[in-house]
Order: sequence, then structure tokens, then C-alpha cells
Amino acid sequence: MITFIQFLITGLRLGSVYALIALGYTMVYGIIKLINFAHGDFIMVGGYTLFFTIPIMMNLGVPGWLAVVPAVVICACVGMLVELLAYRPVRKTGNNLTCLITAIAMSFVLENLAQAIPAIGPDPKVPYTLFAKTYSIGGVAVSQATIITVAVSAIIMVALYLFTQKARVGCAMRCVSEDKEAATLMGINVNHTIIVTFGIGAGLAAVAALMYIAQYPKVYTTMGATLGIYAFVAAVLGGIGSLPGAMLGGLLIGIVQSGANTYISSSMSDTFVYLILIVVLMIRPAGILGKNVGEKV
Amino acid sequence: MAEVKTPVLETKHLGISFGGLHAVQDFNIQMNAGELVGLIGPNGAGKTTVFNLLTGVYVPTEGTVLLNGVPLNGKKTHQFVEAGIARTFQNIRLFNDMTVIENVKVACTKDMHYSLLDATFRTPKFWKAEKEVTDRAMELLEICGLADKADILSSSLPYGQQRKLEIARALATNMKVLLLDEPAAGMNPTETAELLSCINTIRDRFGVAILLIEHDMSLVMNVCERIQVIDYGLTIASGLPEEIANNPRVIAAYLGE
Amino acid sequence: MKQNRIKTRYLVNFAALIVLFAVVVGMGMLGGNTMKLKIAPSVWQCSYLIIMAASLNLVLGFLGQLSLGHCGFMAVGAYAAALISLAFQRAGFYTEKAGAAFFLVLLISIAAAGVSAALLGLLVGIPALRLKGDYLAIITLGFGMIIVNVINNLPFCGQQGLSQGSASSALYASGLGFSNDEKMQYLWVAGLAVILCMTCMFMFVRSKYGRAIRAIRDNEIAASASGINVSYYKVLTFTISAFFAGITGALYACCNAALATSSFSFTNGSILNSVFIVVMVVVGGMGSLTGSVIAAVVLFLLNYTIKNGAWVSALPAFLQNVFTYPMLVYSIALIIVIMFRPRGIMGSREFALCDIPQWPGRIKAYFTSRAAGKAARKEGKSHG
Repeated sequence: MITFIQFLITGLRLGSVYALIALGYTMVYGIIKLINFAHGDFIMVGGYTLFFTIPIMMNLGVPGWLAVVPAVVICACVGMLVELLAYRPVRKTGNNLTCLITAIAMSFVLENLAQAIPAIGPDPKVPYTLFAKTYSIGGVAVSQATIITVAVSAIIMVALYLFTQKARVGCAMRCVSEDKEAATLMGINVNHTIIVTFGIGAGLAAVAALMYIAQYPKVYTTMGATLGIYAFVAAVLGGIGSLPGAMLGGLLIGIVQSGANTYISSSMSDTFVYLILIVVLMIRPAGILGKNVGEKV
Repeated sequence: MAEVKTPVLETKHLGISFGGLHAVQDFNIQMNAGELVGLIGPNGAGKTTVFNLLTGVYVPTEGTVLLNGVPLNGKKTHQFVEAGIARTFQNIRLFNDMTVIENVKVACTKDMHYSLLDATFRTPKFWKAEKEVTDRAMELLEICGLADKADILSSSLPYGQQRKLEIARALATNMKVLLLDEPAAGMNPTETAELLSCINTIRDRFGVAILLIEHDMSLVMNVCERIQVIDYGLTIASGLPEEIANNPRVIAAYLGE
Repeated sequence: MKQNRIKTRYLVNFAALIVLFAVVVGMGMLGGNTMKLKIAPSVWQCSYLIIMAASLNLVLGFLGQLSLGHCGFMAVGAYAAALISLAFQRAGFYTEKAGAAFFLVLLISIAAAGVSAALLGLLVGIPALRLKGDYLAIITLGFGMIIVNVINNLPFCGQQGLSQGSASSALYASGLGFSNDEKMQYLWVAGLAVILCMTCMFMFVRSKYGRAIRAIRDNEIAASASGINVSYYKVLTFTISAFFAGITGALYACCNAALATSSFSFTNGSILNSVFIVVMVVVGGMGSLTGSVIAAVVLFLLNYTIKNGAWVSALPAFLQNVFTYPMLVYSIALIIVIMFRPRGIMGSREFALCDIPQWPGRIKAYFTSRAAGKAARKEGKSHG
């Protein structure tokens, strides 16, 4: 029983991180119908920014987690730059396929660029561990990090949902994702909206990075690639373009992974994640909560 | 005993609903070989939906489509084409990165019976089939007046010729029933006149039944032998052109009450 | 007259292929250390990269579907070939890598590699019926990862292989695994494999099959309304593409004494990963098989010279640092190519020997039309 609860808690924690990252995928996909493969690498950027800024914050005498502020800013800037320098020009000339290939290439650019920076390099680095305290409730160990991760992602999810429903920019985002031309005619600056979306998505990745390194204190240049793929799977599973779907998919993937680790074999957990994805997509091509939009003839 | 002639195309109580919306209801039509029937109705009446039902793009929620008396229930689009129903599209759908003649040849694929091995080893069977198809495609392009454009990319054709290429491509499927979805849309009067003669040639030469959706009333009244009018998915009138022109329900549907 | 021109083209190409094959055979007979240590292994590597890129082009360029798990098929082919040849060796069918018995085993291994990969391709093709674009890309990525993951966990695919193996990410024993001497001796096999595979792919795309899949790429709905069985052709293309990827796996198994699943994963530092293959296809031209061949050779040479620092050391220091991460260079190059030529450098054009005499005219026409286009745009702007 304790093993079961423990596995559920691990799954929930992992799932919350995936959900946070999945939000970024879902927002960008919703607005420009592009799988932003580089999104995973924004986490890496966030991770390294935290690695460098946490000690600075500690030296200044403020809590280490405040380092998330510069991380969010830097990630958002990187996100917007990627959109400006690569995606926007390609969107003008190419089709969906070429945009997707650009996104994959961009992911490789970020990873390898990071390695080429001398202060980062190819070797993993260990950041300062935050929220390390552990509570024991009836024999079940719950770390402070777990509680904070789950709480923060729940709060962000609700906030983001309200933002897209109520705020002016949020409404513009929904308009652009429905119909770009119509949005332009309504006086919405489409490019501006897309940039803001990239900024918010990448900023969320920085928060996710903080949560992730609190669990697994290690940063390396390819950390985003695998994390990003899981989160992406989560987004697709929940129904890409849907915020609650991202949350649902993230938690599901987290729990499946942790379940496979606990009860089957850690080396097979990837297989289960992908099998679930394939099965779900075969049954519901648009994901669990996604809308299925067929091509009009 | 007099022989009862089976119509080429017949539908019985054909209908489809999306959710609660009855897009098309109780659609009945009978067409004989060589007949040219017009399908008209105000915008959003369900004309293109009828075409989608007749070509297997949508699965009807009720009723059946019969081709030469054989029901086509549960078949896929390409099987409808194999059975003998071909169509053109309202919004042009050509294979843009292929040449004009290739566009037509694609539609002959189902009648080419060589295997992968024939293709790999370039057997005489392959050459024979390819030559036949090239000749056939050229013949069809000739009919549609595109023979001199055979080797250019289909996307670089002017608009009117793109519509004609769609017709040529539909013809290449060796169909018995041809469905034309607004073939004259966006054409100027000269192009429309050319199209008209093209349609007449096709009917005389191949003896196919043609069902035509068109908003250009003069075209419809000129060429169609019969006209069927739908509005809100329901057939409101059907008959000879002059009957339709004077039918009060049709006038009401078009002009509003 | 047209018929005659086609005949001439076939004859010229056939003659060129024979010359090419003769060159490879001749190279195999030459001696010398450079030949043995550098050129022969390079020819082998090139051979599998070429077939790999061309086979992905069938799916990506001709069918228009992005498959990110292509190296998974190669992995299946490589393991199948390695294990089958190993089984023959353990059974005592052959003892040294020479002679008729070994040659037969080599043939069987290559065929088995192709067939086993093709069967998996069939499996991957089925989701391709329901999903397209981005979703399909992610599914194929997943399939590629599952394949690698499963191989890692199969006891007979690891360590010493077959009954002596245990679940592991590397297979140290292989019945193939040529030494440099054997690579020289069997150099003609690599050459022949490339020529045969490329010819087969050409025949495939230049037939009703090729027309059908290009039609599906351009407009799926119109294709099915033209009587094309979209599902059949999609699955067929995935299967054929996987078949050739499997064959490259067998060639890979010939090149390497040990197989590691990490070399076939989606991302890894080396030249052989699914993304690098995508780079080759896109840069060469989506829909141009000859483009893939040229891109594979050029990118291989580029990679080889970067690794060996032939000209990199002549660059300024900060650029040298960049070139230690070649994938960075390739990705940036890929983005630039996509920006300016979305369908790749060759587009859907094919390189043909018979067309060389027409090149000057075509180049001139290209620049004239470009200039005309620019002028027209300028005109439009001044009016707009």
C-alpha cells in the first residue's frame, strides 16, 4: 500500500512538471499549428540560468527560488528570438512540413550552441538543491519539492486558463488560433500575439525547469530533449490546443511512467509511454480532450 | 415484355445529419446515360454535401446510392470512383507539383494493371500500359483544349484552364457518372462558352450522365435537360428547366419570402 | 522520336552505372594503406547513408509525410543481419569471412534485414492511415524509440548475442563485422547494393506508384477522388521505405563489429541519427532521389573533413569551436536552406546525365525569370 501511494505521489510530481511543459507546447500549437520541438530546450536554457543565478541569489541573501525570475525572463527572450529568427521567415515561404523540420533543427541548434559555450560545455552540472526538506506522513515520504511542484502547477494552470478566457491578450490568442485572417481583420496584431504566446510558453518552461531540478538536481544540454518529448506526448495525449488536456495528459504520463518504474522495469517505461500515445491516437486522433477537425471538401 | 431500364445513377432517400442538423434529407434522383441534370439551390442548401454523399466522402446516415442498380453502401471514395462516379471540386484541387499530363495520368492509375515487379524490371507490360495511358491522357487533354500545355506544372495554368484540367482528370477515371461542382465559377463569358462546348462534347462522345451544380443560371437553363432544386437539404422542385423557372417555391427560395 | 530519347536516356544511365560499378570494383582491387584505412570504410559509410537518405525521401519527399523514426528500421535491419549471420557462424556453416558459403550467408542476412524492417514498416504504416503531419511525426518518433527500447530488453540481442546474450544496449558479437581487409574485399557489395537499391527506388517513383504517392502528397482528397486507394499506397510506401532502410542496416552491420542501440536513437551526437537523415533529404531536395544521393555524399564528406580537421584548423579560433559541434552547423544550414528553398536545393528535379548539355540554357532561363520576377514585384510595389 505504501509503495502504491509512494508511486502515486512520484507520478503526480513528475506529471505536474510534464503538465507545465505541455502547456507551452499546447499554446504554441494552438496558435500556429506547429509542434515546437525547441520547447524542450527552453527548459535546458532555464535550467542553466538557474544553475548560474541560484548562487548569486543566495549570496545576495534572498531565497534561492527567486532565481526563477531571471530564468523566466531569459527563457521568454530565447523563445521570442527563436520565433523571430527562424519560425516566422519559414512560415512565410514554407508549409507545415517545413515549419516542423525547422523546429527540429532549432532544437538541435539550441542544444549544440549550449555545448559550444565554454561556461556550459557538454558535461552535466549539479545545481544547488532547493526544497530538500522531507515530511513523513504515515510512513509515506513527501518532499517539500513535491508539494510545491503540484501546488505551483495547479495555480499556474488555473491562472493561465483565466488569462486566456478573460484577458485581452488571452482573447486575442484564442482568436488567432481560430482564424488568423479573421483576427487580422478584427484589428488583432497576429504576429504580436504569436510572439507573446512564445514568450509565455517559454517562461513556463523556466518554471518547469525550477521544479524539475528540485527533483533531479542535474543540468545537462540534452535534458530538454527527453523531457520535452514526454511533455509533448502529454500534450498530444490530452488533446493538443486544450489547456485542461495538457494537465490531464501530463499527470497521466507521469503516473504511467512512475508505475512502470515501480512495478515493471525502468528500462521499459519509455515503451509504455509511447504505446499509450499510439493507442490513444489510433482511437481518438485528436487526443482525449481535443477537437477533431476534418478537412472541408 | 418491355425491358425496364435501370438508371445509371439512382439514390433512394439519401440523407445525412451532422449532430442535430439535417444537412440533406430524402434526396432522390434518377439519371440515365447521356443525361445532363442540373442541381441548383441557394448558398448553403446542401448541394456540395450531396456530391460528397455521392462520392463516398461522407457516409450517409440514411438511404443508399445505386450505380447501375448496385448499392454502394460502405464503400470508400476510391471505390466509388472505381465503380464509375467521378467528380470535380468547387475549390480547385489539382496536384500542384505535377505536370498537367501527370495530373490526368494519376486518374488512370486504377486501370493500370502492372505489378511492382513489372515496374522494377520495366517489363513490356509496363511499357505497354504506360504508353496506353500517355495516349489516353493526351486524347483527353485534346478534348479539353489543354494538349499544348501537357508538360507544364498544373499550378501555373490560368484559372479557367485549371477547372478544365479537373474535368479532364475526372474523365480519365472512365466514369459512367460525372459530377461537376460549379465548373463555371469565376469564369468570364468566353471561358464559360468554351466550357459549355467542352461539356457537350463529353456527353456526346462518352455517353455519360452528368450532374451539374452551377450558379450561372443561363448555363444551367441552356444545357440541362432536367433540373432539381434543393433548399435547406430538402428537394423543393424537380423538372424541366422551364417548369423550374416558373415554379413559385423555387422563386421564393431564391428571392426570399 | 520521343521513344528514342527515352531509350537513349536509359542506355546512358545504364552505361554510367556500369562505369561506376567498375570503379568501385577497381578500388577494391587496389592496394595501399590510404585506400584500406580511409577510402574503403568511407565508401561503406557513404553507401548506407545514400540508401538511407533516398529511402526516407520516398516517405518525406514523395509521400509528404515526416517520419522521425527511420533509423529504427535501420536498427532492426542491422540486428537481424548481425544475429542471422551469427547463427550461421555458430552453426559452423562458415568459419572465415570468405568463400561461397559466407557469401550466401551475406545475401541471406541482407535479404532478412530488408524483410524484417519491411514488416515493421507495415506496422508503422497503419497509424499513418489515420494520422498525418505533426501527429504522424511524433508517432514515428515513438515507434523508433520503442524499437530501440525493445531491442535493449531482448536477451538475445545483447552482449554475445543469441543464446549467449543478455539484455543489453550493445551487441558485441556479429557474424558480419568486416575488418578493413574484408571491407576492401567486399567493396563491390557496397557498390552493387547502392546501385541496385537506387535503381529499384527510381523505377518505383517513375511508375504509376510514384505518380500515385505524389498525388497523395499534393492533395489527398483529390487523389482519392481520382480513384487512388490512399491507404494502400501509404502503407506500401512506408513498407518499401522501411525495406531499404533495413538493407542499410545490414550494410551497417557489415561495417561495424559491434552494434549499439544508442547509435540508432532519435538524437545522438554522431552522424547517424534520424534527424541527420532528414537534413540530407531536405537539403538535397524533397522529391529528388539524385538530390538525396548528392546530399548524402556531400554531407558525409563535410562531416568527415570536419572530424579530421582537414580545413577546420585554418579557420579562426571561435569558428573552430563551433565546428566541434557539427550538428550545430548542419542544423543552421538546414534552417537557411528551408528559408530560401523550402523544397530543398534540388527541389523535385533529378540530376540526369543527358540533361547536362542543356544546363547553360536552363541556368540562363532561371536567372532571367528571377530578374523578371523581381522587376514584377518592384512594379507591384510602386503601384501598391
